[in-house]
Amino acid sequence: MGRKILFITTDQQRYDALGCNGGTIARTPVLDALSRAGITFDRAHPQNVVCMPSRSTMLTGQHVSTHGVWMNGVPLPEDAPSIAADLRGAGYATALIGKAHFEPLLDPFLRFTENRMGSQKITTDNPKDPHRGFDHMELATHGAAGQLHYSQWVRENHPEAVGGYYNVLDRELQVNAEGGGDTNAPQIKVNPIPREWYHTEWVAQRTITWLQSLPDDRDWFCWMSFPDPHHPWDPPASEMHRVNWKDLDLPEGYIANAAKREKVIDSKLRHWRGWYDGTFVSNYEAPAKWVPATLTADQVREVNAYTHVENELIDEAIGSVMKAIETRGWGNDLDVLYTTDHGEFQGDFGFLFKGPYHVDSLMRLPLIWRPAPSSNIEPARVSAPVGLVSLAATFAHIAGLEQPSYVEAPRLPHTDNDAATLGHERVLTEWDSVLFGKIVHLRTICRDNWVCTAALPGTMNEAGDGELYDLTHDPLQHVNLWSDPKAKAMRESLLADMWDNLPKQVSPLRNMDAPV
Amino acid sequence: MGSIRRSDFINCSADKVWAFVGQPEKLHEWFPITSTRVEGNKRWITLAGGITFEEDIITLDHDLRRFQYKIVNNPFITFHLGTVDVIADGPNRCMLMYSTDMEPEVLALPIAGAASIGIAKVKEMFDGK
Repeated sequence: MGRKILFITTDQQRYDALGCNGGTIARTPVLDALSRAGITFDRAHPQNVVCMPSRSTMLTGQHVSTHGVWMNGVPLPEDAPSIAADLRGAGYATALIGKAHFEPLLDPFLRFTENRMGSQKITTDNPKDPHRGFDHMELATHGAAGQLHYSQWVRENHPEAVGGYYNVLDRELQVNAEGGGDTNAPQIKVNPIPREWYHTEWVAQRTITWLQSLPDDRDWFCWMSFPDPHHPWDPPASEMHRVNWKDLDLPEGYIANAAKREKVIDSKLRHWRGWYDGTFVSNYEAPAKWVPATLTADQVREVNAYTHVENELIDEAIGSVMKAIETRGWGNDLDVLYTTDHGEFQGDFGFLFKGPYHVDSLMRLPLIWRPAPSSNIEPARVSAPVGLVSLAATFAHIAGLEQPSYVEAPRLPHTDNDAATLGHERVLTEWDSVLFGKIVHLRTICRDNWVCTAALPGTMNEAGDGELYDLTHDPLQHVNLWSDPKAKAMRESLLADMWDNLPKQVSPLRNMDAPV
Repeated sequence: MGSIRRSDFINCSADKVWAFVGQPEKLHEWFPITSTRVEGNKRWITLAGGITFEEDIITLDHDLRRFQYKIVNNPFITFHLGTVDVIADGPNRCMLMYSTDMEPEVLALPIAGAASIGIAKVKEMFDGK
């Protein structure tokens, strides 16, 4: 028998969401314990800060320029490399339970396999050569709408719960700006759904059911993918007592003084101010009719409270799955990897949601690797920059496979020394959006505790524009040093390194077939 | 306004390609939908997800090789104009082009994706023939 792999992802979660990373509100004892027993990465970045490109990187081990899913709505080709397929080829049972999102969700023509499988209530499209290498797929997204398995399950078994979820889209099929809760914050709703019907619980229970179907001696790879804490923020009302928003301090990244906040925003690339004023909404997933400048301090606190509740529910759901795994006697040979696809502003700089903004709010992610106890790998914290692009090679390494030829980054390191040996010097992040003429292109490198973003020509930015932050002395990224003569040498060094190491973008760019 | 355009060249005469795509009742033979019904200047198409669109046929011009239609009586769609053009590029080559202008704008994207599938299907059927 080899090592089993439980790969856990959340959606749109910040580094500081977890107690092991300094979070002080949400109680995350299960993840904190995994961190203490494993390797915790303090500088893990995604290769793109929205779902589909980032998740495609996890599966393929490739940067966005290579796998070509340059924005939400661009489907990952059916024949794209998949580490799940390689693991399956090596004898692993494979499953993806929860949010996949390698293909568009808005799919009225039912063109995409994820949606077709959900609508037909089947968990494999082809047992001999399953979709993307997963023997078993049971899929969910943020609520009860759409065609995926969870939505079908709720509609069929608990139709009275469907209306409890927030309506993600408005009548114009734009992401909804409607407010709720006590503060009228966007995408907030008190959801009367019983906790046991909520998607976090469903994902955990379906994972346990799949694991229980396996023989004791089978090796397995299970990607358990929670849709939370991505907006809308509508956790079960029964759980809202956990965190009272009125008790919360404002997050460190929120600049309470409006004049100071706007001065910081104005020092950044121009599309920041455009979004803040509501004149340039370049990311479909941010409500088109919501103006960030209207965000109040109380709304920030309420959104944070809902998010903390969702994070606690995720931690407890993971605990129930870990217990089921221990009961099967697999614990000693189990590797657990935990991360998310991208971050969330959660009030930083006066914003919510996400978009073309390459700062820690969206780029610094929780990433924990608890190696199998039987592997005798020592616990550590790693400060070297790593990316989600290293996950595929890590899964192969755990399974004892050669590093696949298609991956573009080495496995995750065990220590900072190991990181140096493996060549983890930098991590790269890309952004490309062209939503109905609103064009933003960014390329970012993080190295030596600096973050440098170059803008390519777009609607609001010009070639030569950019952002540069010294994370050691400016951890909140308030001071853009891009044009500071004293930082010029560092900027030039980082840019040269970035252009040397970014893969050439696949051409032509594939079409965007949906907004999300 | 969501405005999209998808196209491809096909190594086949424009007349031959138009003789096929210029038949509104045959849309389901090349576009990723499940059924088509035409009565006069009305058309109804049904998608795999079960949605049915009612459409008004606006233009069916065999000289120009242009077909235009709009989705009507839909609670979400406030504006739509779809256009299929077959443009000759010499005697044995043509361009098949599908354009859609739409409100809500985001719906133009999945229609564009379906149009790409449809155009590829027509190319497979007629290229080199």
